[in-house]
Amino acid sequence: MDLMEYQGKELFRSHGIPTTPRGEVTRDAAEAERLAAGFGGPVMVKAQVLTGGRGKAGGVKYCPDPSAAREAAEAILGLDISGHTTELVLVEPASDIAEEYYLSVLHDRVTKGYLVIASVEGGVEIEEVNRRTPEKVVKAELDPTRSLSDRQAREILEQAQFPAEVVDEAASLLTRLHQGFVASDATLFEINPLIKTTEGRVIALDSKVSIDGSALFRHPELEGWGDVVGGDSREAQAQQKGLQYVELDGDIGVMGNGAGLVMATLDVVNEAGGHPANFLDAGGGASAESMATGIAFVLENPEVSAMLVNIFGGITRCDDVAHGVLGAIEQIGGLDKKLVVRLDGTNADAGRDILEQAGNPNLVPAEKMDDAAQKVVELAGESR
Amino acid sequence: MSILIDQQTKVIVQGTGAQGTFHAQRNQRYGTNVVGGVHPKKGGQTWEELGLPLFPNVAEAVAETGANTSMIMVPAPFTKDAILEAHEAGIETIVTVTEGMPVHDMAVVYNTLYPRRDDGTFAKEGRPVLIGPNCPGIISPGKANVGIIPGEITMPGNVGLVSRSGTLTYQIMHELALAGIGVSTCVGIGGDPIIGSDFLDVIERFAEDDATEAIVFVGEIGGTEEQKVGRWIADHIPQTPVVAYVAGFSAPPGKQMGHAGAIVKEGGEGGETAAEKKADLEQLGIWVGGNPTETAQKMIQALGR
Repeated sequence: MDLMEYQGKELFRSHGIPTTPRGEVTRDAAEAERLAAGFGGPVMVKAQVLTGGRGKAGGVKYCPDPSAAREAAEAILGLDISGHTTELVLVEPASDIAEEYYLSVLHDRVTKGYLVIASVEGGVEIEEVNRRTPEKVVKAELDPTRSLSDRQAREILEQAQFPAEVVDEAASLLTRLHQGFVASDATLFEINPLIKTTEGRVIALDSKVSIDGSALFRHPELEGWGDVVGGDSREAQAQQKGLQYVELDGDIGVMGNGAGLVMATLDVVNEAGGHPANFLDAGGGASAESMATGIAFVLENPEVSAMLVNIFGGITRCDDVAHGVLGAIEQIGGLDKKLVVRLDGTNADAGRDILEQAGNPNLVPAEKMDDAAQKVVELAGESR
Repeated sequence: MSILIDQQTKVIVQGTGAQGTFHAQRNQRYGTNVVGGVHPKKGGQTWEELGLPLFPNVAEAVAETGANTSMIMVPAPFTKDAILEAHEAGIETIVTVTEGMPVHDMAVVYNTLYPRRDDGTFAKEGRPVLIGPNCPGIISPGKANVGIIPGEITMPGNVGLVSRSGTLTYQIMHELALAGIGVSTCVGIGGDPIIGSDFLDVIERFAEDDATEAIVFVGEIGGTEEQKVGRWIADHIPQTPVVAYVAGFSAPPGKQMGHAGAIVKEGGEGGETAAEKKADLEQLGIWVGGNPTETAQKMIQALGR
């Protein structure tokens, strides 16, 4: 789960990580003006979207007075930033920036632990800095069974050549960043830029936070934080339904159980001359209910002319899947598109019997993955 | 022989709920030597469905039965403790089927089981073998099945199969069977960001196994792990017929497809798409199928049948 900038900063503050003075979010330009007046002094109006490159896209504006804040919010609300429509802006007191750095803690698959990345080159893309001047990016590996000591934090920052006068404050911030990262079950805690203000304070000017979705059960404090993503894209809707869904540009709906099998199904549909409309993984242990939700969601897509459900049962039982298929058909009030269902593995025979007994002419059974792909491509062609 | 499990393997099950019972029972019917279950509140009782004893903890189960392998089916919030408990009780092979384990928990588990050496590598020698989490498990057809792999779709043979993805593993195993090819051992290693045993850990065992004459490994888009595996194979076992399949030929860049690693970074260093992996592996002398059926056909060719 990715957090918006304002949420990330809220989380930072709750772990004692200093940030810009607390701002407020709004979906309304007039409200942005009132907020700015309330803060007094210059403010920043910043697009709250889950993507980078906001500055370049015109999504971040300095506003010397409240009326400028209104104009900025008017310009930013509705702005498209790398395919994300801005629905929310953060209005916060502006900070005077003396220097910009980069600091993050993240999970690293290779070292099976955590990485701290520190650089005195902040405010730009860290990947770019790494390409241009790799010596300016320090990567320190941390053992996840240990905490980060203040001494270790100082060493990392000194190695990254942070100015001597900020090392104390930045080290204290880094140990808190690490603690917060672990305590929140985050996969990324990034501050870019971390700034030194003209008064010499070290604070987070921005935040990029990702939380491990598998760990949300132990974070009631984050409940609902992912819901503000908004947007009416089908991917956003799918996310809200808890589906592992990726929209593609074809016309054949695809669902399977297990990410690898779904990817392979897309490959086979492609080879058969078809164009998948989506990737949808119902999960290794998919229930009848989640099957129904997924199938209904794909069939409701007007771009979809036929659908392939490819199930290889392991922990998933094919009779459950069959009930899920029938449940989906009931949920959407009948089947007006061809639905090819391939069942194999655990309880496959029982599953196929259930589908056969339903006697629905649009429900097409298949036993092999290749045949299923051929069938769905042919049937999609017919219904065009 | 086979790797990791056989008829002698004594299996306990941590997690005796509905799923744990269903699959443990299936493993038992397959012929696996399941010796008991672990349930903190039901120690001393009988696991009715399997006709086996329940133990309050792993240490007691090991002491009473001599179990050397554990299948973990507990819910995700308790998986970390379950794995560490199995490790502390001296279990040699820990198969963790549970999905949705928090990545922080797995980072702690990994670094506890395999302490890091000064050179950054992990000490795996003499340590327990952890398979998973979020994996289908291990099957040595005709001998034992520890996990959730449907045993009826495969048969004994001489091909070692290792894969990241559960259901895709079944698909490939099934295609091999349809092509008349049996399996020595099949290991589903799981697709989570951190897993206990990776492709190479398993393939090194296949290389030493007399019963394994050929190897199939099933990768996917994202990262360059497959190339690392390919180079090891070219360097160490160039005579062994190896066929790979890499899922995701039609995956668009920048989109994550389920598994944590299944994403092709835009503007990445290269080698992360299925097509690039296929080309790199073929250059190393490894056969690569474009889909599961073709993968099985290539195995027939590789075996010279």
